[in-house]
Amino acid sequence: MIEFRDVTKRFADGTVAVDHLNLVADAGKITVFVGPSGCGKTTSLRMVNRMIDPTSGTIIVNDTDVMKTNPAKLRRGIGYVIQQAGLFPHRTVLDNIATVPLLLGWPKAKARARAAELMELVGLSAEMARRYPAQLSGGQQQRVGVARALAADPPVLLMDEPFSAVDPVVRANLQDELLRLQSELGKTILFVTHDIDEAIKLGDKVAVLRTGGILAQYDEPGTLLAHPADEFVEGFVGRDRGYRGLGFLSADGLPIGELATVPLGTPSATAREIIGDGWAIVVDTDQRPQGWVRVGQLADGPVTADSLTAGGSLYDTEAGSLRGALDAALSSPSGLGVAVDADGAVIGSVSAEDVLAVLDDARQAEIGVS
Amino acid sequence: MSWLQRNLDFVLGLMREHLALALIPVLLGLVISIPLGWVASRNRYSRAALITITGVLYTIPSLALIVILPVLLGTQILDPINVVVALTIYTVALLVRSVADALAAVPKASVAAATAMGYRPLRRFLAVELPLSVPVVVAGLRVAAVSNTSLVTVGALVGVGGLGQLFTEGFQRDIPPEIITGIVLVMVLALLIDGLLLLVGRVLTPWDRVGTGAGRTS
Ligand SMILES: Nc1ncnc2c1ncn2[C@@H]1O[C@H](COP(=O)(O)OP(=O)(O)OP(=O)(O)O)[C@@H](O)[C@H]1O
Ligand SMILES: [Mg+2]
Repeated sequence: MIEFRDVTKRFADGTVAVDHLNLVADAGKITVFVGPSGCGKTTSLRMVNRMIDPTSGTIIVNDTDVMKTNPAKLRRGIGYVIQQAGLFPHRTVLDNIATVPLLLGWPKAKARARAAELMELVGLSAEMARRYPAQLSGGQQQRVGVARALAADPPVLLMDEPFSAVDPVVRANLQDELLRLQSELGKTILFVTHDIDEAIKLGDKVAVLRTGGILAQYDEPGTLLAHPADEFVEGFVGRDRGYRGLGFLSADGLPIGELATVPLGTPSATAREIIGDGWAIVVDTDQRPQGWVRVGQLADGPVTADSLTAGGSLYDTEAGSLRGALDAALSSPSGLGVAVDADGAVIGSVSAEDVLAVLDDARQAEIGVS
Repeated sequence: MSWLQRNLDFVLGLMREHLALALIPVLLGLVISIPLGWVASRNRYSRAALITITGVLYTIPSLALIVILPVLLGTQILDPINVVVALTIYTVALLVRSVADALAAVPKASVAAATAMGYRPLRRFLAVELPLSVPVVVAGLRVAAVSNTSLVTVGALVGVGGLGQLFTEGFQRDIPPEIITGIVLVMVLALLIDGLLLLVGRVLTPWDRVGTGAGRTS
């Protein structure tokens, strides 16, 4: 757990970077600091490992006041990932990752073995071990940065815009990997970004800061989208927040309707009977959806994969968010979203009307409660 | 050629002396320049002060320095220490700037990352900042070493100039082959030292030559 108690940072030139910050970042969770440039995100983060000391207030990391610790020792127990990775250009990937274990006095062989383990964990192939950072792509460098921060297995991880310098596809990839890692490792993570979408995607809780280092709102992402505290937060969480907010609403109670399915290779006469005058979804032998088909599309022979209408997004009932269900319905040519199970097999359909009905019930319930 | 053959032992002795007079100051100068360069890289003011002082030192004529030093140091005029001290001063004058620039050019993110990982300042300097400044420092070192190799000859005017003595003696006794031998050997020495330093620099910085993008896959 990381706790900010009334923390203020005023720099020598009078700039107040952080203003009376009170906040508890839960153990084992990802807490995201988000806000416009200059709102004090980096300063807040660096006060946790004493790269910057607060002007007043207290920061507690796992029951210890950081101001009462030795800075170098404190830092060896807190992983830190920075923008541009900040790798050591003169050390190989393996030696970059082994940095903290070596500082902690591990024998070289053990530190390197641990580094190799981490390369695998963050998805770097073993042949990269002896490369220098200049020989890696931006995304790979960030992976090395994450591996290096994790090398000594610190309970706390600070990440300052770690993915902001890579292209959107790589970024989405790295975000997914971080969530996967976190589900395995359960670290207490403070994550800084100026990208609200990244904050919403990664954060168990999100702290929105405004210029001047003032905490505007601290809530779970769903709450942030549904109930922004003020105009600043509302403006910051951006457009489509109603739609994006559906991502945080459970689809419990959403009915899964029937859906006509036609296995690939079905003779057209049989297919015609199944389809009737509507649409049917064509599936392979594992019941995975291949595309939609209508009577008019049927040729004389058996149903083949190349004569189908492309489907929309799939609604994964396992993840079960209303956003997924609504998007599946809206993007489907038939107006019915295809619901699949964890293996990707078709189990039925969802409709936009049903999603809206569930949403309405949720609203009624909320009004009833409050 | 025949002059060189007859005086080979004499010339080799001078060459040894020349090497020592040129390279000992390079080493001393490097050792002194690293802390000074570090101070200069700390902030604008220390940089301005140090660069100005060393700049002024470099403008002192070498012969004047070699003649004044015995007075300042209390040494004999013929003591090789004078030449060593004079050339050390020139080396420092050249290298402080190189070291300061090299340290200032170390990526800030790498230094911040090193701090964040728990390096204490001295160890961080030795493990991260200094190694990363090697390419620029070696470049400065090559200039200083080559310049020293030719400056040593000035010492011949006070009797300790390594191969420079071939010039003075050659002139006094009117032996042109001796003068030419001196000039050629000084140049050869300078080139050899330069090449050697280049090589040492390369061996120390394998990371500096991996092409960005050369080995890239994504
Ligand atoms: N060493 C310093 N001296 C004076 N002011 C500083 C110093 N470091 C940061 N500041 C100021 O404090 C404020 C907060 O800076 P900080 O780096 O924490 O912002 P940030 O939220 O991380 O911004 P960005 O998104 O641009 O990284 C800014 O106004 C900045 O100019
Ligand atoms: Mg920042």
